[in-house]
Amino acid sequence: MATTATSAPRTLGRRRQTSSLSQERRRRRGPLLPALIFTIIVTQLPFIVTLVYSFFSWNLLRPGSREFAWFENYQEVLTGSRTWHALLVTVMLTVGAVLASVLVGLACALLVDRKFLGRGVCRTLLIAPFLIMPAAASLLWKTTMLNPVFGIVNWVLSPLGVGDVDWASSYPLFTIILVETWHWAPFMMLILLGGLQSQDRSVLEAARVDGATAVQSFRFLTLPHLRQFIELGVVLGSIYLVQTFDSIFMITQGGPGTATTNLPFELYQTAFRSFDVGEAAALGVIVVILTIIIATYALRVISRLFTDPVVASRVLDVSAYRRNEEVAA
Amino acid sequence: MSESRMVGSSRLSGTMLAALGWAAALLMFFPVFWMVLTAFKHERDAFTSPPKFLFEPTLEQFDAVLSGGLESALLNSLWSTVGSTVLVVALALPAAYALSIRPVEKWTDVLFFFLSTRMLPVVGAIVPIYIIARDIGMLDNIWTLVVLYTAMNLPIAVWMLRSFMSEVPTEVLEAARVDGATLPQEARKVLFPMIAPGIAATALICVIFAWNEFFLAVTLTAVRAQTVPVYLVGFITSEGAFWARLSAAATLAAVPVLLCGWVAQRYLVRGLTLGAIK
Repeated sequence: MATTATSAPRTLGRRRQTSSLSQERRRRRGPLLPALIFTIIVTQLPFIVTLVYSFFSWNLLRPGSREFAWFENYQEVLTGSRTWHALLVTVMLTVGAVLASVLVGLACALLVDRKFLGRGVCRTLLIAPFLIMPAAASLLWKTTMLNPVFGIVNWVLSPLGVGDVDWASSYPLFTIILVETWHWAPFMMLILLGGLQSQDRSVLEAARVDGATAVQSFRFLTLPHLRQFIELGVVLGSIYLVQTFDSIFMITQGGPGTATTNLPFELYQTAFRSFDVGEAAALGVIVVILTIIIATYALRVISRLFTDPVVASRVLDVSAYRRNEEVAA
Repeated sequence: MSESRMVGSSRLSGTMLAALGWAAALLMFFPVFWMVLTAFKHERDAFTSPPKFLFEPTLEQFDAVLSGGLESALLNSLWSTVGSTVLVVALALPAAYALSIRPVEKWTDVLFFFLSTRMLPVVGAIVPIYIIARDIGMLDNIWTLVVLYTAMNLPIAVWMLRSFMSEVPTEVLEAARVDGATLPQEARKVLFPMIAPGIAATALICVIFAWNEFFLAVTLTAVRAQTVPVYLVGFITSEGAFWARLSAAATLAAVPVLLCGWVAQRYLVRGLTLGAIK
């Protein structure tokens, strides 16, 4: 490009430069397009259609019932107590499971961050719950683990005076939170381990030499350093846990009554048990709005991690940024 | 004197913490161990109080579930998983290239757009997806799941592959370019071999998510195209009597992904945080 500019007359050179620049742009865009177009068609269009459906009164069981109904579905959905109850269940489930899995994950991460005999094996065992198919794990929790009479949990707890507790019907929400925490704690552990391993060990060493106790250096050095990793775990965990479906479907079917009916399960029932397209779509829109609120925050957290030079130099790939700056220059 | 006592006590607490680490690992892993153990039981040994740890092992449950419909469900899961993973990698490799090595303008915006699609809940899209699939006769068809799983995993793959590609030193690629390699040659002969472990890890993580997916499978498939988690739904009602059989089915369902996850262990966190943490 530089040789073109010097050898050719100035005006011609500039024109050729701009045209080759746009050519370069197009060439760069080429490889991106298939993935981008595919994603837009498969993931964005359905949301727009959902929005459209949410304004129609349409039940699949009543053929020809499809007519424009303004905000009728929203009115129906927002004035009924079912939705608000489902929202409450969603919030309790999400908050409970996120908090519990962050705490368990943090404890596990701190334990396996230290060197000891068999640390690798322990780490491998600890990530297993996250890999086991949730539908399968949920069924096993419901039966072999938590069955009131023959479940192993009650057998283990029996010396403590716990009788034949029927966990899934007496404490349904607790049961779902327990199973989800078991599933998500390894996820949190992995993220927090990433954080612990990016911590500068010499700082901890210096603190120890200066006489700081283990608790003090955890409280004043490690925890502040982990803050953004905890944040990342919390936001990603919240996004996934708002969508909890597998364990509810397998263990309680939303019950007893509606005790564990969260928004996704409520939507599933509206769409696939009563076949009310309009109301299900309106519920879908509400779930999406709820998620966007969390996701906006999540994207901010991730992009901060992504651009923070201190963290970036140690954990993230900065080379792409550097390369981009070169391109810009 | 006080020095040696301090070393002694720190060694003691070290041993205790190691024991705690082992205890935590065994506790978290126990349900998996119990699943595999129960899978080898006769039904009469599975349903006892107190639970049995010693028993006469049998393979009868595996035979029963495999001939009872699990085999075709496993094949369906295999197709939807392999099909979508191949598609994901084929689409994500060029996209990741255009977001890292020779980035398009506003590449961060594009990257975050991909990320945002992963965050939107699938329940918000399921109604039109179901109706469109019904209208074009694609309900209970494995290809529907292939397409949707591809869309589901694409953002993860783009983010992961991009993070692997941006670790490749620019000089290597420049050298290939100076030697007269065209873009496809440069990609195939230099870049892809260099990030081969990254591509493998990305594929494994896509396999994990596709294999375990339940919501789309249960709403869009029935008998013909049912995947493993949908097959397991049958156990909800018959739970009373068949714990060993359920455990055998669950073991067959869970083990492939468990192995994939353990193999890709080192890269798991990168996949889960979409490349944000190495």
